[in-house]
Amino acid sequence: MTAVEAAPNAGARGITVEHLSKTFGSLAVLDDVSLQVRRGEFVSILGPSGCGKSTLFSLLTGVHDPDSGRCFIDGEPLAPSRRPFAWMPQRDALLPWRTVSGNVALGAEVAQGMRRRHARAATAHLLQDFGISEFADSLPHEISGGMRQRVALARTIAQNRNIALLDEPFGALDALTRTDLQLWLESMWRTERWSVLLITHDVREAVLLSDRIYVLSDRPARVVGEFSVDLPRPRTIDLLAAPKVAALEVELLHALGGTRSD
Amino acid sequence: MNSAADPEGRRTAPAQPWSRFFLPVIAVLAFLLLWECYARLVNPGPTVLPPLSQVVAAGWGDRINLASSLWPTVVEVGVGFAVSVTLAFLLSLVIQLIPSVRRAVLPLLIGSQTVPLVVLAPLFVVWFGFGLLPKVLLIALVTFFPIVVALLDGYASADRESVTVLQTMGANRWQEYRLLRLPGALPALFTGIRISITYAVVAAVFAEYAGAERGLGVYLQGASKSFRTDLVLAGVLVSAVITVVLFVVVTAVERACLPWHAGVKAVTP
Ligand SMILES: Nc1ncnc2c1ncn2[C@@H]1O[C@H](COP(=O)(O)OP(=O)(O)OP(=O)(O)O)[C@@H](O)[C@H]1O
Ligand SMILES: [Mg+2]
Repeated sequence: MTAVEAAPNAGARGITVEHLSKTFGSLAVLDDVSLQVRRGEFVSILGPSGCGKSTLFSLLTGVHDPDSGRCFIDGEPLAPSRRPFAWMPQRDALLPWRTVSGNVALGAEVAQGMRRRHARAATAHLLQDFGISEFADSLPHEISGGMRQRVALARTIAQNRNIALLDEPFGALDALTRTDLQLWLESMWRTERWSVLLITHDVREAVLLSDRIYVLSDRPARVVGEFSVDLPRPRTIDLLAAPKVAALEVELLHALGGTRSD
Repeated sequence: MNSAADPEGRRTAPAQPWSRFFLPVIAVLAFLLLWECYARLVNPGPTVLPPLSQVVAAGWGDRINLASSLWPTVVEVGVGFAVSVTLAFLLSLVIQLIPSVRRAVLPLLIGSQTVPLVVLAPLFVVWFGFGLLPKVLLIALVTFFPIVVALLDGYASADRESVTVLQTMGANRWQEYRLLRLPGALPALFTGIRISITYAVVAAVFAEYAGAERGLGVYLQGASKSFRTDLVLAGVLVSAVITVVLFVVVTAVERACLPWHAGVKAVTP
């Protein structure tokens, strides 16, 4: 639980982000952000609302181009034709004409080149796991925001990629469902060993899931702290009662609070 | 409807029969009534503006002729429109998948819309004769452009993040088109079809006017030459009714084909 000195390394496996900066017009959003996710590591980005977290993902995925800085996946620079990760955007980006099961299957259909029917069969268990099988044949506009978010997460998992970029995947869920799905994700991650980069502004979520946590400042976002979480896995909710969890949460809150300019 | 519980959704969701159906009917009736009253009170004469009742009676009396003239026109509109939609779709597909084609073809497309029909219709008769072909071509030429433009706009309006999600999944250009851009463009396509179908009947009548053996255009021409304004107006009424029917059919097909679109519109006004 110490602040680690980061030395990003373009040759490393996993995700490497080096000195990324971005402005929209006159609005500086990212200021020299560097971070790294090693192969098989679960890393969270914690930052205040509106600081530029989603913008970081938009640079990785190619929605926008960075002003300066570079990104590497497994040591190779990102290119438009090479974005080998499963991305869950904050706004779910579900296809409105596809049913819930069709949207989830899309992940397997495109990322794994399955035929539609095969993809549906292969992803049926995800609907079960996410508690959305009841709505398998509903269209996205017919289900609640929390349901949509689960569909989007299931679609991301269905891609079965080694690297996942998750942008506040649990933001619209009630506390109980959220904890359930967080633990589900953690156990899934333990068996599959993806590299995960998760955006959140929920301190507890970051602690519960991550190996390491980057704290970003208010806009323009800079990395103001890096924390490792040495809690045993599998993670359980009982762990949240541990004193060192409380201590880490306080530390994180201080790091977040220290970013206020007042 | 799950959205029924949501007060925002409920406010905008219902397809209110009152405004959807009765308002246009009332407006049409008012117009027809005005026509009837004006023609009877001012009485401009039967060759200038006979009253509606007289027009309807004349049309009904001549219904055999009118119906047999109507049929070829309906066939022309059907075939012409089918050709038009098919060509528009294929062209939009090529333009979308091969971007350089857009720059090459678009000026030609726009140029094709500036040729006046009055000039073109007789030329088509000279080139292609009195048969079905010149009518189909003229209808296609007139209705083609709004459909292509609607499709291209529809493709371009695909949600940026959805495109990126597909790209990170490894989708190629064709998958991106088939899975995202095409289905997303269907509402725009139907809008384009609804606009251009209102031109289709006019174009058919025009083409027949320029040279045909049968059809509503021929009927109108004959009635006009013998100063039967009542029959001319009866023909015009019939073509108006046909256009409205086509419009309604397209809207119904759209509702049936795109349930998600009506739903999305209802939830997010
Ligand atoms: N395409 C864009 N054009 C202009 N400004 C943008 C654009 N995208 C984001 N911004 C601005 O960048 C800032 C950061 O946005 P971003 O979505 O990255 O924040 P965030 O940290 O993800 O916030 P939240 O926690 O609320 O999701 C915001 O002030 C936003 O207005
Ligand atoms: Mg965000």
